[in-house]
Amino acid sequence: MTTATATQETQTSYVDAISQALDEEMSRDERVFLMGEDIGAYGGAFKVTDGFLKKYGEWRVLDTPLSESGFVGAAIGAAMMGLRPVVEMQFADFISCAFDQITEVAAKNHYRWGAAVPLVIRAPFGGGVHGGPFHSECPEGWFFHSPGLKIVAPSTPYDAKGLLKAAIRDPNPVLYFEHKFLYRRIKATLPQEEYIVPLGKADVKRSGRDISLITYGAMVHLALEAAEVLQQEGIDLDVVDLRTLIPLDKETIYASVRKTSKAIILHEDNKTGGIGAEISALLTEDCFDCLDGPILRIAPPDTPVPFSTPLEEFFLPKVSDIVAGARKLAAY
Amino acid sequence: MDQAVIAEEIKRSDLLDMYFYLRLTRSLEDRITALYRQGRIVGGVYTSHGMEAIAVGYASALQPDDVIAPFHRDMGVFLIRGFSPGEIIAQYLGKQAGPTKGKDGNVHMGDLKRGVIGFVSHLADNMPVAAGAALAFKIRGESRVAFAGTGDGGTSRGDFHEAMNFAAVRKLPVVFFCTNNQYAYSTPMRYQMAITDVVERAKAYGMPGEIVDGNDVAAVYLASRRAIAKARAGEGPTFLEFKTMRMHGHSAHDAATYVPRTLLDDWKTKDPILRTEQLLMQLGYGDESYFHEVGDRAKKDVDAGTEFAEHSPLPDGRETLVGVFATPDEVLP
Ligand SMILES: Cc1ncc(C[n+]2csc(CCOP(=O)(O)OP(=O)(O)O)c2C)c(N)n1
Repeated sequence: MTTATATQETQTSYVDAISQALDEEMSRDERVFLMGEDIGAYGGAFKVTDGFLKKYGEWRVLDTPLSESGFVGAAIGAAMMGLRPVVEMQFADFISCAFDQITEVAAKNHYRWGAAVPLVIRAPFGGGVHGGPFHSECPEGWFFHSPGLKIVAPSTPYDAKGLLKAAIRDPNPVLYFEHKFLYRRIKATLPQEEYIVPLGKADVKRSGRDISLITYGAMVHLALEAAEVLQQEGIDLDVVDLRTLIPLDKETIYASVRKTSKAIILHEDNKTGGIGAEISALLTEDCFDCLDGPILRIAPPDTPVPFSTPLEEFFLPKVSDIVAGARKLAAY
Repeated sequence: MDQAVIAEEIKRSDLLDMYFYLRLTRSLEDRITALYRQGRIVGGVYTSHGMEAIAVGYASALQPDDVIAPFHRDMGVFLIRGFSPGEIIAQYLGKQAGPTKGKDGNVHMGDLKRGVIGFVSHLADNMPVAAGAALAFKIRGESRVAFAGTGDGGTSRGDFHEAMNFAAVRKLPVVFFCTNNQYAYSTPMRYQMAITDVVERAKAYGMPGEIVDGNDVAAVYLASRRAIAKARAGEGPTFLEFKTMRMHGHSAHDAATYVPRTLLDDWKTKDPILRTEQLLMQLGYGDESYFHEVGDRAKKDVDAGTEFAEHSPLPDGRETLVGVFATPDEVLP
């Protein structure tokens, strides 16, 4: 940020916002250290930790063996001893190899025997980058069902930085799903001064009175695009960005739906058993009397994420899907 | 183990303490088994009968600020780390006074303040966790060691191998052990792995290993002490294979009909308490009346613990909702 001039403010990309958060937290607190594959000399598959090895040394930026369960387990141990490990999954897809350590050890230790596990796992997730079935997944649903974990999924550089800092300072295991598609596509001017975005607070990214569109991650940008289109037709979307999936900010969701009386839930994770199903059920339980139409879910079909361009385009939610859904709902 | 060596290398008071903890472990687990048979323990009971020397030996070789991730038959660890028989029986009875306040049962207990990492059913899961504790010690330049193990069955899991590899690569101050009691539930070693000695597995990671007589508390203590000293000196991890025999079923409900009786008869003569008594007599450290007196002391502790646990309250059902997440003040500084 040193090159910022008085006339032109420096734009920070989503990926740089993540790097900044890590750097600031490592400078602030010497207990914070990083573990992951190729994060040292290479700077990480997406260069999030470029230059960190030089600055912090090999005991704060640890290149690990190719061994997700092993190094997540080790991060749990180090966290329990008082350090603040931040683990990088090279791709979120590989988090399945560490599923057991995350759900059985990290998530349950505090509940079972009172051991706090202040750990962050960064997981670059999501499609739109032609990654195919093993480099495009949205695995947050696997963990949404597992008590003891917090789950974060930022959509903007501002949120990405502020939420990562909050995650590192949280006394619990936090899964931080950063969207690969946004890394270099989304930029913003960040505050010069230090800030935190608290976990568990959703953000209304666009205020509207007709339909609540509840979403997170890269889909927030799709929702905002759709809102522009729908505005021409006189349909006004209230776009709620969850930012944190656990704890889920029910208050903000409910306030939005009470205002609009209609809800669409949009996510990039598969439809069946996804977060949308849970939010839909919650709305039925708690907001039934204010609903003026069915709750819609827009999500990919229940298939792995396909590779070839037309297949992936078919798979991912599109602006037109949101527009069609909103029109249908507006007619109620 | 040559007695002269033992007499020289182990302090008399340390050996006598170990003998007490062997007796206390046996007494406590016998009581827990009896409570189980009376239907007063609802969950599983997995004891270390015949294997007590392992936990007692290695836990005695550690310093209090070292950290242990015990195997699921390591009752001695809890006693040596100051968990009272009362607390432990309360845990088995699901009482509020147990270390997990009824959230979990049997040996699934831990306490970071007393340096014991709570056991996870998923075998070998705590091996990488212990490597991570050792990593924290190394990063902070502390002179502390982690000690962690699993059974012969547990060494087949990926997490065992991932932990061994990571610890070796980073020369972490950790000692890994395997309690080789020849069976994993009902599965004999020959169906578990195509090697006869588990210690072979350490070679693949460039880690030194040693086979130790797991029924000889002095041998366990000395081998552990050597490995711990190496770890503390920055020489990296060691793997110890403690050879022993599980003298009963997998848990209190298992009659272990799959184990040949002759094998058990043979191992019965190697009972770790008998072995320790023979050693103490040879060294002139104790006689029958002393052994009797120690046994009485252990039994009294267990009686008092049973009394305490039985009279302590069960948790309130609503406690279920408490403790999913930690608060900032609960994190170790
Ligand atoms: C990952 C996993 N799979 C299965 C089990 C069920 N289980 C509990 S104990 C056990 C056998 C353990 O054998 P071993 O490690 O040799 O220890 P032992 O109980 O024989 O002393 C099994 C299969 C488990 N606890 N964890």
